[in-house]
Amino acid sequence: MSANESLNTSPLINVVIQESTFNLAIECDRLTAMLGDQHLNMGALASFAGNVRAVETNLENTDQDDINAYGEFRALEIEHYPAMTQLSIESIVLKANQRWPFLGCKVIHRVGLLDIADPIVLVLVASSHRKEAFAACEYIIDYLKNAAPFWKKAIFEHGEQWVNAKASDALALDKWA
Amino acid sequence: MIKVLLFARLREQLEVGSLSFDWADDATVDVLANQLVQQQGANWQVLLADEIVVAINQQVVGRDALVSAGDEVAFFPPVTGG
Repeated sequence: MSANESLNTSPLINVVIQESTFNLAIECDRLTAMLGDQHLNMGALASFAGNVRAVETNLENTDQDDINAYGEFRALEIEHYPAMTQLSIESIVLKANQRWPFLGCKVIHRVGLLDIADPIVLVLVASSHRKEAFAACEYIIDYLKNAAPFWKKAIFEHGEQWVNAKASDALALDKWA
Repeated sequence: MIKVLLFARLREQLEVGSLSFDWADDATVDVLANQLVQQQGANWQVLLADEIVVAINQQVVGRDALVSAGDEVAFFPPVTGG
């Protein structure tokens, strides 16, 4: 196959759910390597990397006195629905590819116990041109946040709280309608 | 029989993550949720809340979707990944 036929082939999709951390630069190199000869058509590589912030505000319990009593925010624990998670993300990636055909995509989402400042999620999209890479990358993370079955729990010094879904995450989908 | 799965806050509130449930006929998710409340206890009414998401065999469905014997039916709160 010649390298010019890129847009007629299926994209290379790799979705990984893992407990261990990841490194953005290494994952970019891995995606490029996975593309094989197709990497010669890769004019753009867009990435979104999400990290654990030091403050978690959308707690199930909104009583400020209770929240103060929990003490210092220590970590996030992420639960998922193993049989559904991968399928759900792959389906989002395929929909993105229908709108903005790209060469390859890698998604990593971590589960288990994560420290503050740890990476949580990575979306990489490789395409011929930047427009497709940027759009597909943003579409994938927007839908992942609203549809992929993960749940965050905030772990404090003296307690734990499930994190509520944010209305702004649901509203982010409006721009793709 | 069907397999009922609960995740996150629901799993903790109802103190169970997975159970097998007698199920012979095709009936809706709504019927299933109400049967679970009747058989398991009033605290299971949390399943009836509008915000609770339901997936049959790993596909998100509406409350009017049909549940058949052998299905895996998951109930969970709105997702918060990413």
